[in-house]
Amino acid sequence: MSNASLEALQPSLQPQPGAPDNWKRFFTFSTDHKVIGIQYIVTAFVFFLFAGLLAMVMRGELLTPEADLVDRTVYNGLFTMHGTLMLFMWTFPMLNGLANYLVPLMIGARDMAFPRLNAAAFWLVPVFGVILTASFFIPGGPSQSGWWAYPPVSLQNPTGNLINGQSMWILAVALSGISSIMGAVNIVTTIFRMRAPGMGWFKMPVFCWTVLAAQLIQLFGLPALTAGAVMLLFDLTVGTSFFNPELGGDPVLYQHFFWFYSHPAVYVIILPIFGVFSEIFPVYSRKPLFGYPVVAVSSLVITGLSGIVWVHHMFASGTPGWMRMLFMFSTMTISVPTGIKVFAWVATVWGGKIRLNTPMLFALGGLIMWVFAGITGIMLASAPFDIHVNNTYFVVGHFHYVIYGAVVMGFYAAIYHWFPKMTGRMYYEGLGKLHFVLTFIGANLNFFPMHPAGLMGMPRRVASYDPEFAFWNVLASLGGFLLGVSTLPFLLNMLSSWARGPEAGDNPWRAIGLEWMVSSPPPHENFDEIPVVVSRPYGYGSDEPLVANASEKE
Amino acid sequence: MAMAATNRWLQTHLRRSDPVSTTNVDQSLEVATVHAGEHEEEDNRMFGFIVFLLSESVIFLSFFVGYIVYKLSSAEWYPAGFEGLEVREPLINTIVLVSSSFVIYFAERFLHKENLWGFRIFWLLTMAMGSFFLFGQAVEWLHLPFGFKDGLFGGTFYLLTGFHGLHVLTGVLLQGVMLGRSFIPNNYAGGEYGVNATSIFWHFVDVIWIILFILIYVWR
Repeated sequence: MSNASLEALQPSLQPQPGAPDNWKRFFTFSTDHKVIGIQYIVTAFVFFLFAGLLAMVMRGELLTPEADLVDRTVYNGLFTMHGTLMLFMWTFPMLNGLANYLVPLMIGARDMAFPRLNAAAFWLVPVFGVILTASFFIPGGPSQSGWWAYPPVSLQNPTGNLINGQSMWILAVALSGISSIMGAVNIVTTIFRMRAPGMGWFKMPVFCWTVLAAQLIQLFGLPALTAGAVMLLFDLTVGTSFFNPELGGDPVLYQHFFWFYSHPAVYVIILPIFGVFSEIFPVYSRKPLFGYPVVAVSSLVITGLSGIVWVHHMFASGTPGWMRMLFMFSTMTISVPTGIKVFAWVATVWGGKIRLNTPMLFALGGLIMWVFAGITGIMLASAPFDIHVNNTYFVVGHFHYVIYGAVVMGFYAAIYHWFPKMTGRMYYEGLGKLHFVLTFIGANLNFFPMHPAGLMGMPRRVASYDPEFAFWNVLASLGGFLLGVSTLPFLLNMLSSWARGPEAGDNPWRAIGLEWMVSSPPPHENFDEIPVVVSRPYGYGSDEPLVANASEKE
Repeated sequence: MAMAATNRWLQTHLRRSDPVSTTNVDQSLEVATVHAGEHEEEDNRMFGFIVFLLSESVIFLSFFVGYIVYKLSSAEWYPAGFEGLEVREPLINTIVLVSSSFVIYFAERFLHKENLWGFRIFWLLTMAMGSFFLFGQAVEWLHLPFGFKDGLFGGTFYLLTGFHGLHVLTGVLLQGVMLGRSFIPNNYAGGEYGVNATSIFWHFVDVIWIILFILIYVWR
């Protein structure tokens, strides 16, 4: 209460996030969900560029069949840190940033349920980012055991130091887990308890449904990884025997702990992107989302199924036949709720009045690449095929289509779509389209050749390879460098538009949604008057108003 | 709701008799909204805390599953020369810890009836029982013939009892904080999120112990 009156007296004390004169706010322990959202997004993007540079060094190494650019141990460190940074420092923080910024606005809340917890969760991100990065500079270098850190490889400690690449890796992953749990508790509580009056579950935008579904996975999945990581840390540092086969331990149990979380983690990443697609297609097609309640509920179905598929990562780990059959079946059932979504999006776009703005281009590109990834996913779910391509570039190609093709394209779509809302300014459409063309060509050029190389038998995680794979690797490397180049127009666009872009107005896309009814950027605490929601989202082409008190406000 | 109605009544009533006192009414209205907001916030916190505990229980669940898998699959379960755990003292410990769950419930009831000294006495008793459990655990650890490096049983035994003991310690420390806060005047008037959350946490720690006791001490 006293805060509110203080603001009323001195509005200059609470400047708008995004206003040019208050950039310093983004470097403080702010509890405003919009500031925290942008902090997450920008931090994540910095690490995306860094981990992308690591990938480009790897692609440079793979231009020739010989290991000539970097040392093999350095190469091991590069792919380990590339994977770890991309997952823990880019995708998770990025989706937390989007959720932080958008969920309170979309459900008509003034902030998240626990603003201080929110800020604490964010500030852990740079801490473990620095820990991971610092492991490049310690004796022995960073962890070399891949992002999944399987024992017994991850139990090797040639330097003999307590502080080694692997123990720093575990520390960073543990901190990331704490941060994610704090974020998940906050987001779940916010969605359950802070929705505006009238916003029943089936009046909530699909983005919030998907964020909820993703955060529930964090809550039930992450603790399993934490348990495995704690045991791995004890094995590594104090000499217990949990996963150490020489002392009677069971390394395969670690794989179970790891994948029980880390396969659902893929859905943690992709579900909010499904939400982004579900928000963007109706806006740029001027049609309601096809089958809205089914699309919404299918997110939770994915959450449920994601808990019973993890063994498909272990078809080649001495897994008994009955288990392979069972998990092959459960993995394939995941394609049902995802297929429902894909058909719903296609039906939404079908016959719509389509505007090919940059967000729509990225969303359509992401959808195409996602369908491709889904097809190779079904192939991999089949145990006989998986045994054949296990540990080859086919797998690498598949999950890069998921993570770059769908997730990164979806992130870009989301950034362009909500950029005018976050900053109050419009980006340059031409640069956006250039960015899309470079990204789409680069991603396909980079990741498609991995499939034929994998089918021919090229193993993953190697610095040198048989010359017969050279053709596909040169193509992939060219694609990789093109992806590096593609971030330049994006950065130029974002930085210059944020500083000097034309005023965007409150609702440049003529979109329907609570976040588009407030000013751009939204004021502190978002809503002067909490809106009363009376109809379903995506009411394009319908005369029904979204909220009851909108007329009073305009 | 009731507060708002009272305020409406106050507003009309006071306005009629004394126009000057409307400022007081505005203030009391403000107080009423602050209280309503605090109540909502407490509910949010409790919801969030329960969500967190559910998530935390998965860590224990993972350790339990690990223990069961190891026990069923390993060739030599106990370290060489070790026959099995002594059950008598741990059983006393178990009884003390489980009964403390009832004691803390009575403490909460006393607080609910705004009997602060009743609350403090029963709360302190809970803390004493928790500390007794920790002490018993420490004594047991000191007299065991095996360490955490002694095979899978040694590792999982210390991992499970240690991780649980850490939770008991956290619970006792939280209880200490809540006991101290009870001496701030009017702090616990009308319920207190911290006390309720600590109590739920304590029940959680108890339930985990019962499963742990059955797995480690009872199951041979």
